[in-house]
Amino acid sequence: MTATDDGYARTARAAPARPGARGDRLLEAVMALVEWPFTRLQRLIGLRRMPWVFVLPNMALFTIFVFIPVLLAIGYAFTGGTELLLWNRPYVGFENFSRLLSCGSYLDPATCELDLFWTAVFNTTWYTAFNATGTLVVSLVTALVLNRLTRGKAFFRAIFFYPVLLSPVVVALVWKWFLARNGLLNAVFADLMGDRVIFLLEVLWSRFWVVYVSIWFHMGFYTLIILAGLQAIPRDIYEAALIDGTSRWRQFWRLTLPLLMPNLLVVLVLLLIRSVQVFDEAWVLTDGGGPGTSNTFLVQFIYETAFATDVRLYGLASAASVLMGLALLVLTLVQLWLGKKAEN
Amino acid sequence: MTGFLTRTRGKTRMDVTDILAFAWLILGTLVIAIPIGWAFLSSFKPEAEINSFPPTLMPRAAETLVIEGYDDPLPAYAWTDETGETRTVGLIRRIGLKATVVDPDTPGERLSVDAAAIEKRTEIRPEWSNYTDPLERFAFLTYLKNSVFVTVVATVMTLVLNSMAAFALSKYRFRGSTTIFVLMLSTLMLPLSVIMVPAFMVIVGLNLADNLWGVIFSTVATPTGVFLLRQYMLTIPDDLIEAARVDAASEFRIYWRIILPLSAPALAVLAIFSVIWRWNDFLWPLIVLSSPENYTLQLGLNAFQGQFTVQWHYILSMTVVALLPVTLIFLFLQRYITEGVASSGVK
Repeated sequence: MTATDDGYARTARAAPARPGARGDRLLEAVMALVEWPFTRLQRLIGLRRMPWVFVLPNMALFTIFVFIPVLLAIGYAFTGGTELLLWNRPYVGFENFSRLLSCGSYLDPATCELDLFWTAVFNTTWYTAFNATGTLVVSLVTALVLNRLTRGKAFFRAIFFYPVLLSPVVVALVWKWFLARNGLLNAVFADLMGDRVIFLLEVLWSRFWVVYVSIWFHMGFYTLIILAGLQAIPRDIYEAALIDGTSRWRQFWRLTLPLLMPNLLVVLVLLLIRSVQVFDEAWVLTDGGGPGTSNTFLVQFIYETAFATDVRLYGLASAASVLMGLALLVLTLVQLWLGKKAEN
Repeated sequence: MTGFLTRTRGKTRMDVTDILAFAWLILGTLVIAIPIGWAFLSSFKPEAEINSFPPTLMPRAAETLVIEGYDDPLPAYAWTDETGETRTVGLIRRIGLKATVVDPDTPGERLSVDAAAIEKRTEIRPEWSNYTDPLERFAFLTYLKNSVFVTVVATVMTLVLNSMAAFALSKYRFRGSTTIFVLMLSTLMLPLSVIMVPAFMVIVGLNLADNLWGVIFSTVATPTGVFLLRQYMLTIPDDLIEAARVDAASEFRIYWRIILPLSAPALAVLAIFSVIWRWNDFLWPLIVLSSPENYTLQLGLNAFQGQFTVQWHYILSMTVVALLPVTLIFLFLQRYITEGVASSGVK
């Protein structure tokens, strides 16, 4: 009796949901329609070839836009002229490389045939050094702080991560406005020092802010990775230390840091790899690497040599790409090796 | 009493590291929030105020008064008369050191006062034209449309193609499956900057230069997406597939009706990432797209700020428009994002 009642009640309640049911039927029809050609295909070629049907679209695009360019990249580096299509370009051997590498003294970019390339190499080197160490330290401290929070952890983690999601252009413009002549920082600066500074037009200041903005932009990502590493450290180790009465500093230097080291090394190499490729936000922030060439980095050199001049030197740009790619390859291999070591 | 208030789990007192940790969190929050908040507030300021120094915090605009007998609203001024009393008056004109004003209480009577005794009155009011002007007068509506188009189409294609490939690579053993997977993985670390020139040649060869489809096609086959989905699909038990095959379901039906719905959490994470990637993309669209009518929002914004460096009120409003979708996604879905990053290490 109750069961029937219940059944009635359910039908009555379900009744107003009809439009939804119609939507379901429509969805069903659409899904069946999508299915149909694939089912036919399977009947035609057999079950064993179906996996290929599934990988093919993705693989085709991947081959066209990634694998083929990778193979062609080296070809470009050995050709000259300004033609874009590889088969129209004359073979020049190692000329592009020797132009890039010909220098009076490697310590002074001004003595090089392509002084802009060497300026970019030098700038990328100092940027990488400062950015990688800066980000590592800031992310490590933030991860340590977040890891000991008992409440509000998710909230602060979200706040530190938010800038990572912004676009490089947005980040650059937000900071450009903050550092502008009429910006907030200058209001504070003028109040304290009595004078305004045009931060992005002074060599040292602009370099400082390029690194600062980059740390601000990306540190949340590395914080998350280090935090995951910290959470993987077993709790009971700390409990043992607590019983022994070990101080917090000692705990950090003797327990946390050694146990976290493999994770930190991987993060450091990842940071180096990403730092070498600096372009977007720095380029927009400094109006194309300025003042002068103080913030011109490698990728900017490659981009501008290939695409932003009247004479498009694709060969020279590719040779620089290949050199950068080799440096990145070495770093990637180091990372893989470290990763493997961390696993053991 | 203090012991009770500051007691945390397992500890009995606040030590110096607690205070330092707390200071770090507050400082970090401020360092992150202030530049963004400042850009946001500034984006509502009228042009005159954007260019004034020292800056004001809130967007302010001149107050106006509607006074009987005057067709247009008059700018409102605070007038301090000889007795020290302050009244709000409307300014009719100012010549040299004298100003002609009118009191709203006595609209018929014009007063001639010292220009030094009146001060402009302002009120907190957002300047909405900062947002509407760029969409109407400049091509920002086009940029916005292009960005939405690229983001939506590329994300849908990414989800479909990557999930199909991930399905094949996780649920079948076939010749070359390992090779394909390793080849894809090996390009995870491959940066665009290394293959910029040949990738552009491919785009030109396919006649996709200066075409939004050139941006879309070249970005959808992400190795990250395939990897993420494959790892998730590996956790789905194969029994389900076997049972479906016994019921004579076709392979596509298995993918479409069983695996895809079950992979919803991983698909959601990939969808979120794909939207953010495509919305924020800069260098590749910069190479592929050359005419302004094809620019995405990021390119348009960059070109505009290079051309009109003094129009900060427009630059900032469009910057806010560019960060809005990502911010909304983050506000509602941040848990998926941070967990996705922490578990897979993708960005």
